[in-house]
Amino acid sequence: MTPDVGLASHGAEEAPRATAGRAPDVFSREGWVPMREHCRDEAVDFVIVGAGCGGSVLATKLAEAGHSVVLFDAGPFWRPLSDFASDEREQEKLYWLDERISGGDDPIEFGANNSGRGVGGSTTHFQMVSLRFRPEWFKSRSALGYAVDWPVDWKEMWHYYAEAERAMSISGPISYPWGPKRGRYPYRAHEVNEAGLVLARGAEALGVDWAPTPLATVSAPHGKSPPCVYRGMCKIGCSTNAKQSMLVTYIPRALAAGAEIRDLAMVGHIETGPDGRATGVEYHRDGGWHFQKARNVVVSAYSIETPRLLLNSACGRYPHGLANGNGQVGRHLMVHANHAVWAEFDREIRWYKGPPSMACCEHWNYDDDDPSRDFHGGYSFMSQGPLPSDFAGTLVGSTGAFGMDLRERMARYNRMAGLKIVGETMPQAENRVTLSDETDAFGLPRASVSFSYCDNDRRLYEHSQRFMTRMLEAAGGGNFLESASTAHLMGGCRMGHSPEDSVTDADGRSWEISNLWICDGSLMPTAGGVNPALTIVANAARIGDRMVRLAKRGEV
Amino acid sequence: MSDDFSDPYEGYDVLSKWDTPSFNDQTRRVLAARRTPPARRFFTQEEWRTLQALCDRAIPQPERAEPVPIAPWIDADLHADRGTGTRYATMPAARTAWRQGLAAIDAEALVRFGTPFADLAPERQDAILTAVDDESLADPYAWEGLPARRFLRDTALKTIVSIYYVHPQAMSEIGYGGPASPRGYLRLGGDRLDPWEAPQGHWPEDEDR
Repeated sequence: MTPDVGLASHGAEEAPRATAGRAPDVFSREGWVPMREHCRDEAVDFVIVGAGCGGSVLATKLAEAGHSVVLFDAGPFWRPLSDFASDEREQEKLYWLDERISGGDDPIEFGANNSGRGVGGSTTHFQMVSLRFRPEWFKSRSALGYAVDWPVDWKEMWHYYAEAERAMSISGPISYPWGPKRGRYPYRAHEVNEAGLVLARGAEALGVDWAPTPLATVSAPHGKSPPCVYRGMCKIGCSTNAKQSMLVTYIPRALAAGAEIRDLAMVGHIETGPDGRATGVEYHRDGGWHFQKARNVVVSAYSIETPRLLLNSACGRYPHGLANGNGQVGRHLMVHANHAVWAEFDREIRWYKGPPSMACCEHWNYDDDDPSRDFHGGYSFMSQGPLPSDFAGTLVGSTGAFGMDLRERMARYNRMAGLKIVGETMPQAENRVTLSDETDAFGLPRASVSFSYCDNDRRLYEHSQRFMTRMLEAAGGGNFLESASTAHLMGGCRMGHSPEDSVTDADGRSWEISNLWICDGSLMPTAGGVNPALTIVANAARIGDRMVRLAKRGEV
Repeated sequence: MSDDFSDPYEGYDVLSKWDTPSFNDQTRRVLAARRTPPARRFFTQEEWRTLQALCDRAIPQPERAEPVPIAPWIDADLHADRGTGTRYATMPAARTAWRQGLAAIDAEALVRFGTPFADLAPERQDAILTAVDDESLADPYAWEGLPARRFLRDTALKTIVSIYYVHPQAMSEIGYGGPASPRGYLRLGGDRLDPWEAPQGHWPEDEDR
């Protein structure tokens, strides 16, 4: 239904691979592993929609506790060793390329920076930056005076961060400069590339801390993953399996524990019965629509598709969509401001070598007292290593350059370095996902998204551009160029303390329908100033343990 | 604007690594398939002329007897209706945006110079593109509400560079390492190069220093 994008995928995009009692062995070029299958007419304990950071972890936890699980994903089931090419255009197949309608004062660009399509979700193309939230962010309102509090205690999250870091074999520094003490990272830090050393030199000149970035790519062999070879193409998919994506960490565990995965399966509706409870999902696979019965339905499709599915499941009893009696579904959508400053140096940096963000600075996530701070929330920033087509897009998008001027500027690619923020934006009710009048190839109404920065967001990214320019100047850069973009998605179905202002409780259980759950980044009440993947994984692990306990007590 | 390109990495060719551990089978397959540009299926002949002229001005390649093809891949994407994930609320769907945008560029050329865009001298074509980017248009109504700068930057130029800069010749001219799996790189410093990387580049201003 979605046009094939790749030329090198051995049919992964044409027909489902996880069928007939077997699923792709992601550590092989063409092998298989056994997979348990479930009958459509018999209710499974859990249907999970979306195999990214939320769904993969939850499926593993539930299957390992003995529950029957079917995990759906709209996209393909890749084998990275034979499906992933060293080619930016080919690898666009990893992104969610179906159109979302993007409006508001500051419309979001979708695709590469915020959406995956395929088993493993966006972790097949994330840049592996794995930072923890600052503890106070779980109590932003009561501890720092902005936004809302999470319904979760930071100490509990700290426990699950450690679990997620072990599961993803994070490579990080011996001592991390910010936040409370933490245990050692499972793997030693990677050697910092020249682009990262630019950040380091700038930080040292300005007197702020920096650190080798904790990264989800192994610095020594782990299981069937070889150590990272510093190919630098993390953003278009790791073809050696050094990257510890969901596809090579939790997904094999989920399969081994008996979960079934259905790839190329687009879930269109959640059905509810006469008692108002969810009864299963209607999904499109192999050319037709099917129905899978379930005792519980979990939506783990991220901040656009999760609200879209709940809204698209409206019925007589729930005319405004499921779990949306209070009108909160789709609201409080957040991005990270992804503003950057780029500079030219009088020598070569060769930023294409190694993971793109090998050095980071969280100074402005932790310093509350600097007189220049004129915003709530925080931002981190990292060294950069965009691939050529990606960087050329930044150049033309921010300057309109064309002609020989453009070719000459691109010829300085090897002498460029840059710093880019992950900047917290405030949750705003009017930044939201609704349904469009237009439909997609499945006949399902498209998502329509509205996003506008607030004044605080603007003060934050303007502050960051001033600071990063100073840092690049201190590191010896010149000819500065600023660019604006966004990365990541958070919120859209937030968890909270009460049914009035949130969609689910702290367990991800919707306030309205007791066997309908959400487990993904859309639960996040605030965005924080760090990349969200590790937090989504940790939160999913927490929710998974909680659901297993509730099930033992007969409360699921 | 000069129309000469001085290549800082002259002589370097990522394709010389074709049979080395920097290339894997699937990458070779992708690059081989790209050698044969597909035939035009989406645009009309008239639109095609404007599109080719636009690609030539966005990425001029006067030094090449056979320029890197760009327009055929734009046509192929639109024929397949391959999306980008985003449709700005102020923009129509990609197929309509391209048709409308190319027609409006042509209309601007006719109003200003009485000649279709494709037949203008390069300096005049550049003047049209600059006017589109500034949205200082002689014929704004030809755009029928299509935001001119957004079309030029986010639809046209971004697509054009996304096709050009994945081509081996474009990778080579900027000294990029190109395909790098399974071997990757050992030396991560800017002044410490692996033997399979481009040697240090040469820029005119370095000679002056």
